[in-house]
Amino acid sequence: MSLDITTERDASSSEESRQWTARVRNAATNALPPDRLLPDRQPAYMASWIYVFGVLTVVSLAWVIITGCVLAVMGPSWWHVSGLGHFVNSLHLWSVETFFFFMVIHLWGKFFMAAWRGNRKLTWITGVVSFVASIAAAFTGYLSQQNFDSQWISTQAKDGINATGAGAFWNVLNFGQMLMWHIVLLPIAVVVIAGLHVLMVRRRGIVPPFDIEPKDHTDTPSAAEVAE
Amino acid sequence: MTPRKARRFKPDRDAKEWTGAYRPYDIVKEAFVALVAVAVLILFLAVVFSSPDEPAVTLKSWSTSDPVDFAQTAITQLDGTSPVATYGPPYNDTPDVTQHIGFFEPAHWVGVHQPINTAQDFVIGPLRTLSNQPLVQRALDTYNSATPEQQSAWTTAYEKAVANATDVHGRLQVPRAHYGPVGVVIGALTTMAQNGGLDGTLLSQGQFYNTNYTKPLLFIASGSYLNNLAGSQHLQGTQWGMMNETGNYPGQAWLWLYTMWYQVSPMKTSTNADLEVWAIMMVLTIALIFLPFIPVLRSIPRWSRVYRLIWRQHYRSLT
Repeated sequence: MSLDITTERDASSSEESRQWTARVRNAATNALPPDRLLPDRQPAYMASWIYVFGVLTVVSLAWVIITGCVLAVMGPSWWHVSGLGHFVNSLHLWSVETFFFFMVIHLWGKFFMAAWRGNRKLTWITGVVSFVASIAAAFTGYLSQQNFDSQWISTQAKDGINATGAGAFWNVLNFGQMLMWHIVLLPIAVVVIAGLHVLMVRRRGIVPPFDIEPKDHTDTPSAAEVAE
Repeated sequence: MTPRKARRFKPDRDAKEWTGAYRPYDIVKEAFVALVAVAVLILFLAVVFSSPDEPAVTLKSWSTSDPVDFAQTAITQLDGTSPVATYGPPYNDTPDVTQHIGFFEPAHWVGVHQPINTAQDFVIGPLRTLSNQPLVQRALDTYNSATPEQQSAWTTAYEKAVANATDVHGRLQVPRAHYGPVGVVIGALTTMAQNGGLDGTLLSQGQFYNTNYTKPLLFIASGSYLNNLAGSQHLQGTQWGMMNETGNYPGQAWLWLYTMWYQVSPMKTSTNADLEVWAIMMVLTIALIFLPFIPVLRSIPRWSRVYRLIWRQHYRSLT
């Protein structure tokens, strides 16, 4: 009887391991075990203010999205006719400004740390791509203001976009199109890419200083580098 | 499975795994504190500085504030000499105007996708909606039935006359000349704009709801009025306007590199400046994305030794 149960269990286990769900779960937990996803310790060299700017960028993005969602609840014209709406718009504007301020410092910091070293190239690439996507998201936000500023920016920007041929399909003078890009497509892109970036940071860990490499610059690569 | 051969260690590409000490680090607490700190910061900035909201220019506000500039622009829309009428793709097929770098001429390849006939879309079409104004309709009939040479003679005469037009308490006064029905046409369009009718007509595209402002924006941008307002707000290209904002607010400061290229030669005076600047920025952006793979560039951090400042506590502990 017990043999039957064991056999059933083995068969069940074998079947589970072939499941798509089980495979995805196993891959995810292997790549990001809980103590790596939410670590409670970090290497001792992580002792600089520059590390703060990464998390400041992420939380600024959170405030950009939260304030943007409040504006979305009441519609695109609300902030022109309501004092409260104007205040929420101010919060949205300044969260964007702080987001870029922190992100640019974060970017320069990571550049001078050569943070792509040790199989962290994709972390760098997703960071830069999310920066570029953020610029596009902010730009469409400026176009969606429905005031003099958006009129001027759109009529000037059209020349640059049209010169590339993209203006035939991506019309910066089309408020509806720009608003949809601003509140749907580009935020999704920024959040997804930034999310991948953060997960990669958690998976690979923060880049170590230069000087822990051997002096003769010849060494066996780490397991992560071999897997690259 | 054969293990991969160990490769040469490159300090700008590889990093040895850290085997030294670790210290406690509460990532959730850090995120929460940062969330609150940034909230306080943006609350402070929003309360103290608010945000700009300069009212949009309308065809009504423009034609009321500066009817002469409006009429001078309107006649160029009718005779096809306005910036929009001669723009080329994606609005029309004006030859030899698309920007190019050598053979690379993407706007020309893509072609016209938002067709705009300025005479029809900006002048004649809107005035045809004034069916209760027979004088205006007769003027349009006369203009439309005339030969192109006659039309050109009338519009040329009007352009000369409107150059000396005056604004008398918001009313356009154009010196008399042999401009035929064009005086009635442009006068009626100016009045229609001053009444607010032109804004709605240009926005309307045969359906009740609309969110595409291409036509009214292109009309407004053809005149001097919007440009002069932007100049007073330091928003023009020569004023690094791309990264500025109305008032004294910070704008898109992150576009400093993009707008910088417009300030330097040869882009500063080039007729292909937009395409050239875009090409430069695309190359730089791709280089930034793939920086980890580019020799020399990826070595700059190590050569600069700025990392010694970033990890100064670590290096101090080594000594």
